[in-house]
Amino acid sequence: MPFKIAIASGKGGTGKTTVSVNLFKWIIQHWTEKVQLVDCDVEEPNDHIFLPEYLLSHQQEITQLIPKIDLNNCTFCRKCVEWCEFNAIVVIPPVQFAEVNNSLCHSCGACIIACEDNAMPEFPYPIGKANFYKNENGSVLLEGELKIGSSMQTMLIGEIKKLSNPNAEVVLFDSPPGTSCPVVESVADTDYVILVTEPTPFGLHDLKLTVDLIRELKIDFGVIVNKSGLGTKDVYEYLEKEDIPLLGKIPFNREYASNYAKGDLSANNEIFINQYHSIGEALKERMSE
Amino acid sequence: MKTLITSKGDSTDSFFDLRFGRGKYFCIHDSETGNIEFIENLNAEAQGGAGTKTAEKVIELGVKKVISGDFGPKAKDLLMKFKIQMVMITDSNKTVMEIIKSLS
Repeated sequence: MPFKIAIASGKGGTGKTTVSVNLFKWIIQHWTEKVQLVDCDVEEPNDHIFLPEYLLSHQQEITQLIPKIDLNNCTFCRKCVEWCEFNAIVVIPPVQFAEVNNSLCHSCGACIIACEDNAMPEFPYPIGKANFYKNENGSVLLEGELKIGSSMQTMLIGEIKKLSNPNAEVVLFDSPPGTSCPVVESVADTDYVILVTEPTPFGLHDLKLTVDLIRELKIDFGVIVNKSGLGTKDVYEYLEKEDIPLLGKIPFNREYASNYAKGDLSANNEIFINQYHSIGEALKERMSE
Repeated sequence: MKTLITSKGDSTDSFFDLRFGRGKYFCIHDSETGNIEFIENLNAEAQGGAGTKTAEKVIELGVKKVISGDFGPKAKDLLMKFKIQMVMITDSNKTVMEIIKSLS
């Protein structure tokens, strides 16, 4: 079983991708080549942009099963309607009308159990893609890409996670921002969560929300303060007061920000390399515990 | 013929509700009998599908004309399928009675 690490944050733009990509590279160099990066930010996956040496090798369509009411069997009893939590089914007995709305259906399957007339056969509908990128050594970056218009990001993330390599030693899940269902799905079943924040009032506010979430999920976690040197000292006081491990501080650096804007995330300055080194070593220790 | 008007309250003095699926009450006016009835919208607070559910109710009740502020795409599809006339009024200062009077 791989050691599973999720990289999350409440606020967007704190540096989840920066940390994910750099940690991924550090692990390959200093820990194990059997590491996989999984981009769970399915609405805007962009890890691959920062890893240009990884080329798209194949794509797999991900579908959800949606029932289509068979009007030959349907008795218009409305049991399916009563069971549907998502108001996705319309049944109008006086006009003999019955239909499932694909954009509202969450594929929970309750209506199929409720139906006693065998009138709800399921059919697959695409919700997105799993993209596999490979470098010349065979190392794989896995990415979920949501179909435009689909609201099934949580289901897609779950399906993408199932496709991650079970033989890897370490798997990194780059989570979407926020604290709702897609984030819960991304961090669920992981062994450790890295929360990336920035030392600003906004970063701290959203960090607190995420800490509450991760504590409720009872997953071990630590914090990386990105862009340190900017903002205020409040985040450090908060971490100390709450007894939350500070895994590392990545200083704000104008040159780095400028390279990032050009799509280059390589941390080739000594301070960055040392920071990722100590973060990586701390994670290695966690794994052996 | 039955007409449904979205309403903020359960009497004819109530103001017209601009929202279709999330309107508080539905006023059903029957032009043949002159009967006026109010029903509470049980899907007003639904997470999703409120418009679809309201359209379903309209068809079930045999309503032929609906009056509201606007109609979402899913509700519109369903109402069009059953050839139900959709009337949009953008003035929320009108009472339900004023709208009923303007019908005849």
